This record gives sequence, structure tokens and C-alpha cells, in this order.
Amino acid sequence: MRFIMRKNYMQDIRLFKFKSTLAWYLLLIAVLLLAPLVVDTYSVSLMNLIGIYVIVALGLNLLTGYTGQISLGHAAFFAIGAYTSAILTGKFGVPFWMALPAAGVLAALVGVFVGLPALRLKGLYLAIATMGFAFIVEEIIVQWEGLTNGVNGINVVRPTLGPFNFTTDESYYYLVLFTVLLMIIILKNILRTSTGRAFIAIRDSEIAAESMGINLAIYKTAAFGISAFYAGIGGCLFAHFMLFIGPENFDFMVSISFLVMILLGGLGSVHGAVFGAIFIIALPEFISLSKDYLPSIIAEQAGLQAAVYGLILVLFIRFEPLGLYGRWLKIKFYFEHFPLYKKDTFRRVRKFYRTEKQ
Amino acid sequence: MLWQQIVSGLAMGSIYAIVAVGFILIYKATEVINFAQGDLMMVGAFIAFTCINYLQIPFLAALGITLAFMFFFGVVIERLVLRPLVGEPAFAMVMVTIGLGILIRSVAGMIWGYDTYQFQAGITDHPVRIASLAVSSVHIWIIGVTLTLITALYLFFSRTKMGISMEATSQNQLAAFLMGIGVKGTFSRIWAISAVVAAVGGILLTPIQFLNYNMGFIGLRAFPAAVLGGFGSIPGAIVGGIIIGVSENLAGVYLPEGFKDIFAWIILIAVLMIRPEGIFGIQERKRV
Repeated sequence: MRFIMRKNYMQDIRLFKFKSTLAWYLLLIAVLLLAPLVVDTYSVSLMNLIGIYVIVALGLNLLTGYTGQISLGHAAFFAIGAYTSAILTGKFGVPFWMALPAAGVLAALVGVFVGLPALRLKGLYLAIATMGFAFIVEEIIVQWEGLTNGVNGINVVRPTLGPFNFTTDESYYYLVLFTVLLMIIILKNILRTSTGRAFIAIRDSEIAAESMGINLAIYKTAAFGISAFYAGIGGCLFAHFMLFIGPENFDFMVSISFLVMILLGGLGSVHGAVFGAIFIIALPEFISLSKDYLPSIIAEQAGLQAAVYGLILVLFIRFEPLGLYGRWLKIKFYFEHFPLYKKDTFRRVRKFYRTEKQ
Repeated sequence: MLWQQIVSGLAMGSIYAIVAVGFILIYKATEVINFAQGDLMMVGAFIAFTCINYLQIPFLAALGITLAFMFFFGVVIERLVLRPLVGEPAFAMVMVTIGLGILIRSVAGMIWGYDTYQFQAGITDHPVRIASLAVSSVHIWIIGVTLTLITALYLFFSRTKMGISMEATSQNQLAAFLMGIGVKGTFSRIWAISAVVAAVGGILLTPIQFLNYNMGFIGLRAFPAAVLGGFGSIPGAIVGGIIIGVSENLAGVYLPEGFKDIFAWIILIAVLMIRPEGIFGIQERKRV
């Protein structure tokens, strides 16, 4: 067992609880930096996608996992980021280093605009409203042919930054990795501030948060804005990675897959976003690998991937609502407190029906 | 032309109303938003299709088989997926029904394939003249069945003992439980009724839309109908559904291309900004 003596409050909000944690993360970063030298190009392109999804999942986790606002329309912010960058670099010749933040900022502005009606809406209404917003954005992309080229989509080129050229998947990987690390550090730091604690307070109880002096309007819109900023940055990197974007890259199921990522990874944790993104990208690969071992009547079904996807989602919510990160915490807790682990240590607290109707 | 569009809008709106009633029943009783409602509709339509086209069962018997199957399907879903999750946060509930929808859709794709079928279940299509207006008999059937079904549901929930006990459960679970109402059984019955209602919607939808494993997505457009009517009111669903259906059709005629598909969502966002509780909204309070 490890005992922690708390000597001051700053200890609770340090980025790294122990020096060893920092060392492990530095080791992980070193491994990630060297990875493209070892693995093949296909794996590198998967790692690129994982990085891009990690960024979106981080933002969505801030909104859903930390602030408790459900968004079923994050594909719209993702699309806005992707199209902003594609149009700025393609049509107006804006350099990539300006287009990337522009994509994030524009998505964030739209996010604030969507967040405003969210002030009056709770839970299910917010989810439905964001879903409607995503459908509207998708249709705008299809119809506004002068700007977005409609259903034909836009070709995008890989960016160059000064002397660096990101044309290969390996070089692009370093750009994605750098952005992911930067976004993780920013998010971690947001969560350490009073703003981050305000978000968590809103999630746990809006009324309690408000009575503690937290301005719900400001913080909810801020959460939407920051979350959309992350999705926009992710969208921009996605566009330049895929080299081609069309409206079908941003449909309703994409929004769902973002939510599935943070849910499977673990709501309300940075690790969860990373685990979820890895899981979502790795799942189709595992399914195609396992096809050799399955009876052909199952393996040859075209809908197998979607079926596994839906089944995993249902099973996770039923048996491991804390996600992969929750499972990791449980295993860690088991070894840290070796003989003392009880099944009920992590028992979920359920809130039974308390809405009053008139 | 205008009136023709309005009648076909009424028909589509009736389908939205039926799906919306499914959402509302489940939401009222269990505070779960069922994103799989459209997929239940699809399953119902496919079961009827299989009975009639492959097994050569006459329409009324096939209808009976479909409704009975959907009844048990609803009960099984509630028992296996939803009941163990009672008391979980709303987000988990939303996601579990979304996952269920994906699962049902892909399994249906495996069973019935990914083709689009044309299927007219027992309803023949011939023009009917009302005054100077030529209306498709299919549309009249859809509107008539919907009105009957919703009236029946309304009467069931306000007149019969079982309906009133369900209404009581939806108002206050604990009080209902203390009054001797079996809350678990009520949840099962609500899901069963919802699945049956969805199946009726699916069978009615097939003459005007094609039968496809993806047709559950139409169910998503019933959300604006449910919100417009005030999530939680059965008469509200029909009013909301009809407003959405008709205005969507008129938008298809009078507004530029593209508005038809998203007009429901534009209305939805407008309603949520102006009057989030909808037309027949009920006030909800949370006790802290």
C-alpha cells in the first residue's frame, strides 16, 4: 500500500502526483517519438487517426464528462474545423499555421452560439437540439456548393510549416503528436483552474453550483466553446490527413462515434479520451483480423462491424460504466491496496427517479 | 397542388406522431429517451413483410403476428437492457438506446439484407376524390389509423385501470409503488406498448417510403414532433407530428432545395429557443 501525506492544498491540483508519473509519461513520449521508425506505414496512419480522435475526444470529454452537457452534434464542429481549414488553405492560400487556429476559433465561435440556447435546455432537450444543429450543418455543407463543393467534396493538401514538410504519414504523425500533447497539457491546466472546478461543479449539481456563485450561463457557453475549439482543431488535422473531405465524413454516426469514444474510454478523464480513441480505431482492425477465426456465416456479414460496435456499447454501459479507464483504476487500486479490495469499493451510486411532474 | 401537399404532409406527420408517441410513452414512464424507436419501427415493418411476402400469411393474421412479436420484443429489451440500468445517469440511458439502435439495425441488415424493398401491406393505393381533391387512399388510411390509435392510447391512459396505474407510475414512482402498483411490470408493459405502436408506424410507413434496414433514421425526425408537442403529452404528439409533417412538405415545395430535409430541425431549434416546453408542455421540477 502507498500512503500519501498531504501537506498543502496545491498537492491536490499538481499536474503529476508523483515524480515517477512524470518519468513514465516522458518515457511514453519517447516511445511515441520513436514509433514511426519501427512500425509500418499503415500503423502510422492509424496512429495519426488516433491522435486526431484523441483531440476531439478531449474536447467532448470536457463538455460531456466534466460539465455534464450531452452533445449529439460534435460532428458539426469537426466539420466546421475541417472545412474552414480546407477552404482557407485551398481557396485563399492561407498558410497552414494560420488556418489551424482559425479552424479552432471558428468552431469555437459556432460552439458559443450553439451553447447559448443550451442555457435554457437540460439533458435530453440539449441532446436533441445539438443533434438538430448537426443535421443543419451537414445540409448546409451539401447545399452551399460555391464554398464547400457540395457532395463532390474538397481535395486538401498536406501542410508545410517553414522548412518542415508534412507530406508523408510519418512526418504528419509528428505534427499530430505535437498537437495532441499540446492539447492535453492545455486541457489538464484548464481543469486545474477554478474554471475547471466550476465545470465539474455544474456537472454534479447545477443548483449547488449556482448557489456557490458560479455563473451557469458563462461557464456552460465556455464549455461549449472550448469543446468546439478542440473539435475544430481535430477537424482541421483530419482534413489535411485524409486529403479529401466530403459531407459523408461528418454524418450523424460520426457524432455518435465521438460519444462512444469517451464513454468506452471513461467519462471525465483525460486518459479516457485517449483510451477511447485507441479503442475505436483499433476495433475495426481487430474485427478484420478475427474474421479468419470466425465461422464464415458470421465473418462474411457486411454489418458485423456495426453489430459488434453496438453490442460493445450496450455491454460497456451495462457492466463497466466507468469505461476502460475505470477498469484501469480498479486494477491499480486492487494492487495498491492489496488485501483490502472489496467488490463494493467502486459500487455505482444510483440516483432514483426524482423529477416531479405536475 | 397546395392541398395535395398538405394531405401528404398530414400522412407523413401521422407517422411522425406515431413514432413520437412511442418516445413519449417511454419517456414519461421511465425518463429514458429511446433513440431506438425508429429501429423498432423498422423491425415491425420487416416482420410484417416477411410474414406476407415469404410465408404467404394473409394481411390481418400477419398484422397480429407482427404486433405479438413486437410486444415480446419490447418486453425482452426492457428486461435485458433497460431494467438493470434503472437509476443510472441520463447520459448512460441515451447511449444505451443508441447502441441498441445500432445493434438492431445491423442485425436486421444481416437478416434481411441491405436492399430496398417495395411493400404494400394490405393497403391498396387508388385515388379517392374528396370534393375537387384527389387524395391517395394510402394517405387516408395512414391518417385514419393514426387518429384511431392515438385516441385509443389516450383513452387507455385516462380511462382503464391499467392505463391509470401506468400514468401514476410516470407521475411518481415511489407513490405508485406504495399504492400497490407493480412498477417493474409497468415498465415492461410501457416498452411493449411502445414497440407495438412503433410496428404499426412501420407498417403504415412502408407504402409511402421504401422498406430498408436504414429506415429507422426517419424516427429521428419524430424528435422535433415530440418536442414541439411538449415531451410528455399524447395529444401533443399528434399536433406536433402534423405540424412538422405539413410544414416539411410545404418547405419542399416553396423553399429552395435542401430545406425539406432540415426544416423539422429548424422548427425544433426555433421551438427550443422560444418555448422549450412545447405546446402542451408540462412543468417539470427537480427536487434538490
